[in-house]
Amino acid sequence: MKINVKIMPKSGVLDPQGKAIENSLKQLGFNKTGTVRQGKLIEINLQEKEGKAIKIVDEMCQKLLVNLIIEDYEIIANKEE
Amino acid sequence: MKAAIIVFPGSNCDRDIAVSLKKISEIEPLMIWHKETSIPDCDVIVVPGGFSFGDYLRCGSMAANSPIMLDVIHKAKKGMPTIGICNGFQILTETGLLPGTLIKNDCLSFLCKTVSIKVENSNTKFSNLYSKSEVIDIPIAHNEGNFFADYDTLNKIKDNDQIVFKYCNNSGKIEKEFNPNGSIENIAGIINKDGNVLGMMPHPERATCQLSQLNDGERFFNSIAESIL
Repeated sequence: MKINVKIMPKSGVLDPQGKAIENSLKQLGFNKTGTVRQGKLIEINLQEKEGKAIKIVDEMCQKLLVNLIIEDYEIIANKEE
Repeated sequence: MKAAIIVFPGSNCDRDIAVSLKKISEIEPLMIWHKETSIPDCDVIVVPGGFSFGDYLRCGSMAANSPIMLDVIHKAKKGMPTIGICNGFQILTETGLLPGTLIKNDCLSFLCKTVSIKVENSNTKFSNLYSKSEVIDIPIAHNEGNFFADYDTLNKIKDNDQIVFKYCNNSGKIEKEFNPNGSIENIAGIINKDGNVLGMMPHPERATCQLSQLNDGERFFNSIAESIL
């Protein structure tokens, strides 16, 4: 089963990379661009059924993948795999 | 006196620390590979700077989970003097031994220069040979040195006098314009509540030799030697 973990900077945490992207987009003429935030996506293959897999990935997030001081995460199970 | 210097793949300040400890404070350095599971008898632990594990995922996140870190955490919680410099500071925040975290510099560039920092707390094992409010010159070299903590954590840090160093100008003025990386309240180094774990982004080991024409780091190493005697 393939699980995706979407990690984003918490709102209120400075995201200089997102800000830089936002400025570049505006410079390119995308005038209606609002706030841009940059996060990351981690794809994990696990030989487990969905419920168990989500539980394990949640533990992975808490232990290593996410810094809860500055980041929020969302676990997305890929139904087609 | 002995110091355990933890070496990770990608550490690059471990030897500088070893030279400074030996030359300045006559502390014998023991290099400990991160895959070891216990730290030999020593008086101080140093987690050095560098780019452990290529800074993958988040700076310090993988190193914080290396086998040796279980013993580092265990000993630090029992009161062992423990220092994290630069990447070592990032690693110690990832273990939870120090509050807050370090995010990308607000200028988005890697910074490598000498900065002035102000000694905010000279009543620690690591800063007792400096005077309070003294301004010292120490090099920085980092991409993620922007200290961040939420409102409550920051208040606790301040209430407990845990801020040890702050970025300033050469006359000691602490203003936003003298903050190289966007750190909250110009914080350059903090200590834990118990006063035995220090994390700082500037490199005192790079201010201990004639070649660098900087010597303000010497008292950092002498402070440690005096406090563990």
